[in-house]
Amino acid sequence: MDISLQHIEYRYQANTPFEQLAIEDVSIEIPSGTYMAIIGHTGSGKSTVLQHLNALLQPTKGTVKIGDHEIKAQQKNKNLKQVRQKVGIVFQFPEHQLFEETVEKDIIFGPMNFGISEAEAKKRARIALKQVGLAEDILEKSPFDLSGGQMRRVAIAGVLAMEPDVIVLDEPTAGLDPRGRKEIMDMFYTLHKDRKLSTILVTHSMEDAASYADQIVIMQHGKVVNQGTPEEIFSSPVELVQMGLDVPEVVRFQLKLEEKTGVKLDKIYLSIEELSSAVTGVLNRGVRS
Amino acid sequence: MKESIVSLKGVSFQYDTQERYALNNVTFDIYDGEWLAIVGHNGSGKSTMAKLLIGLQFPQAGEITVCGMPLNEESIWDIRTKLGMVFQNPDNQFVGTTVQDDVAFGLENNGIPRDEMVQRVEDSLRKVKMDKFLYQEPHHLSGGQKQRVAIAGVLALRPSIIILDEATSMLDPRGREEVLETVRLLKEEKSLTVISITHDLEEAAKADRIIVMNKGEVFREGTPEEIFSMDEQLIQLGLDIPFSVKMSKAFRQKGIDFSKHYLSEEELVTELWTSRFSI
Repeated sequence: MDISLQHIEYRYQANTPFEQLAIEDVSIEIPSGTYMAIIGHTGSGKSTVLQHLNALLQPTKGTVKIGDHEIKAQQKNKNLKQVRQKVGIVFQFPEHQLFEETVEKDIIFGPMNFGISEAEAKKRARIALKQVGLAEDILEKSPFDLSGGQMRRVAIAGVLAMEPDVIVLDEPTAGLDPRGRKEIMDMFYTLHKDRKLSTILVTHSMEDAASYADQIVIMQHGKVVNQGTPEEIFSSPVELVQMGLDVPEVVRFQLKLEEKTGVKLDKIYLSIEELSSAVTGVLNRGVRS
Repeated sequence: MKESIVSLKGVSFQYDTQERYALNNVTFDIYDGEWLAIVGHNGSGKSTMAKLLIGLQFPQAGEITVCGMPLNEESIWDIRTKLGMVFQNPDNQFVGTTVQDDVAFGLENNGIPRDEMVQRVEDSLRKVKMDKFLYQEPHHLSGGQKQRVAIAGVLALRPSIIILDEATSMLDPRGREEVLETVRLLKEEKSLTVISITHDLEEAAKADRIIVMNKGEVFREGTPEEIFSMDEQLIQLGLDIPFSVKMSKAFRQKGIDFSKHYLSEEELVTELWTSRFSI
């Protein structure tokens, strides 16, 4: 499902003394099957953009197209249920949204709310549980007796059980330990490939954006300031730094090394493996011997 | 001689609903003026320890001493004036209706005179770069901004010990660095003791000392250099190693021989430059 944000603006508490412009003239194209990372400082408008992706917010200007649905400013929108079934959002700390008595009831709540039969929803719950790497014996437990990491997985399973075409992730690994973080990110990547999903990842982590995304959007002060492939975005690292943003550690390291040695590598490398090979290659050729 | 400011002796704790001990016979000292990082996987007992230190829970066995006072239900109010804690999720610690009210809350509770209160609120908000938000409602701030306000709330109380319970995990890298830098400066200015419970290995690498927790027990204790030479073992514990250590490993695998683990990128760059590029 293609998503297209066309010149959208959003003001919180519009027409009140507390009015605040959150995003302005934001245009982003997300063709079906894209893995897109949206990066920016806290307060850059990332989360506001995210809430437009399944019509939780209606833009105060511009148009949001989600598949065949058009959501325009100043226009009543109907049939949003269908949109919300197709676009699943995993919010920050999704485990805070768990509420049912058992894991199973919690996972089937979403699908049943969208009119799926109980039997089908239960079938989906089992599939989703497997996808997030949990065993079925957890189904009858209370979600509140689980560990933090398990609770997060159950909450994610609840979103997957709706079988969305688009999955939106808002800092999905916040608060997890490094192993948990890698497991969750790898899981979403596998789902993205296997189910041919569109994935939109809102993150602070340049590392994750560089490793998983096909496309990166950089936001600052409520506007899109740059978009492109990870190679394009990180090939002008100096600009990013000037914008007050970070670059992946490996890029930062390459810059430091180039500055110190005066030797410029042929391109920007995005993984430790590639960079160490490139540098070793230069050393073995004996640049300054 | 390093002076112990907090000491744990044989501390054990178990939650009602859990079969396993969250903390099992934990003994260690925290020294006056140090920056101690406590690292460990989710569920290793790190946050339980924070709750015990500030008396939100009491251990079933063992003893905790803070600033010379044994921690118990009678001493807890005195001890809390010495300890300031910043939790992971700022939404759980907001009470004020505006940013400045929130920071003032703790001061009001402690009966600080109004003039001084106004001054302290402004000072601490300036330190976390939130002084332009005095009259904003906290729920309109982004996660990172909220956390900076929460940190200001603790700073305003001028405790001798600050506990950061994954307090920077929701901030962006720059925000995180700003906050850590603020705490670092404050630590120097006021000779504070900082206990940072964290997953951020880059941050832990800059601590004076690291304690690694695993399954409710102290697994290892040492300087960052000692801890990060554990290497693969840390990854098995669900943790990670800092970037510069990974990078030096990758170079070593490609036949470049380094004498040690480099804990900072600067060191590694310098090493590469002096010993390799200028042969």
